[in-house]
Amino acid sequence: MNTGGNLLDRVQASLGAQALETGMAHGILVLQIAPESLAPMVDRLKREFGFDLFLDVTATDWPQRRPRFDVVYHFYSTRDFVRVRLKTRVEEADPTVDTLVPLYGSARYMERECHEMYGIRFRDNDDLRPLLLYEGFVGHPLRKDYPKQKEQPLVPYRDVQP
Amino acid sequence: MSASTPVPRQEKSAAFEYLTTRKDEFVGWARKFSLFPYPFVTACCAMEFMSVSSTLYDTDRFGAALPRFTPRQSDLLMVVGTVSHKQAPILRKVYEQMCEPKWVIAFGVCATSGGFYQNYAALPGIDKIIPVDLYIPGCPPRPEMVIDGIMKLQDKIAAERHPIINQDF
Repeated sequence: MNTGGNLLDRVQASLGAQALETGMAHGILVLQIAPESLAPMVDRLKREFGFDLFLDVTATDWPQRRPRFDVVYHFYSTRDFVRVRLKTRVEEADPTVDTLVPLYGSARYMERECHEMYGIRFRDNDDLRPLLLYEGFVGHPLRKDYPKQKEQPLVPYRDVQP
Repeated sequence: MSASTPVPRQEKSAAFEYLTTRKDEFVGWARKFSLFPYPFVTACCAMEFMSVSSTLYDTDRFGAALPRFTPRQSDLLMVVGTVSHKQAPILRKVYEQMCEPKWVIAFGVCATSGGFYQNYAALPGIDKIIPVDLYIPGCPPRPEMVIDGIMKLQDKIAAERHPIINQDF
C-alpha cells in the first residue's frame, strides 16, 4: 500500500537532473531549483507523480545573502502519503516567480499571503490584494528589515493621559 | 462689569443638592443592575466569557445577563480578545453606535494592553481608540476575576453622577 519511499526515489531519479541540489529532510524530498524551472517541474509533479495537494507556499528571508529570498513550496500526495519540498531563490531587486494558480486553485490565496508578508511577486496571479493586512499598509512585515513594533493604525489614537 | 468677566454659575440651594444626590443614588442603583452587555468577541477569551456568563458562574446574578447583539440596545461593551489594527475601525464604529449611558470593559490582557502581541498587527490596548472604564487582566481571566470586575464596575456606576435632564440634573 505505502509506496512512499519508492515514489520519492522515482521522483528524485526523474527530476533530480533538473534540480540544483537534492536531499532528504525528515522524510521529505527537498529539491533546490532555479526559478525558471518551477512551473514545468510542478506540472510534472502533479500529472506524472500524483502530488495532488498543494500544502503551502512561503518564503525565507536571508538579509545577508544574495539572492536574498527562498521561496518554499510543499506538495503532498494523498495516494502515497509523502511530501516534496521545492525551494527556489529570488533576488531582492526582482522577487518574481511564476504563479501556480493554473495547476492548483488554492495557490491563489497562499500566494496572496506570501505576497503581502514577504513581497514576493507571482507572475500572472491577477489578484494580489492584501489578505490578512489592509489596503494602505506599507512594507512587508515578515521581512527581517521591517521594524518589529512598527504600527500602522487605521484609527487615530486618542490622547491618553497616563 | 466688564464683558470679559465670566458669569458666575447660579448658586444651588441645599434642597437642590439634596435632591440631585438622591436622584443620582436612585438612578445609579437602577442602572448598575440592568447592564446589557454587548460582547465584542474576537479571540480565545470568548471561551472564558461563555463560562462566566453561563450556569456555573452566572453573571445573571449581577444583572449583566442578557447579551444584546446590537450595540444600539446595549450599554456595556465587553471587548473580549485581541483587537487587530484591521479590526479597530469596526470596534470604533460599534462604540459610537451605542447610546449613552455606556461603559466599556477590556476583558483579558490583549484588550487591555495587547498582551504578548507587540507587533505590526495588534492594537496595543483598546484604550488607544476608545475610553475604557474597567480592565480585567489575565490570559484568560478567571471567572472570579470577571465577576469581581463586574462588581467593581457596579460600584463605579453607583458612585457616578447620572444627569438626565441637563448637566445640573
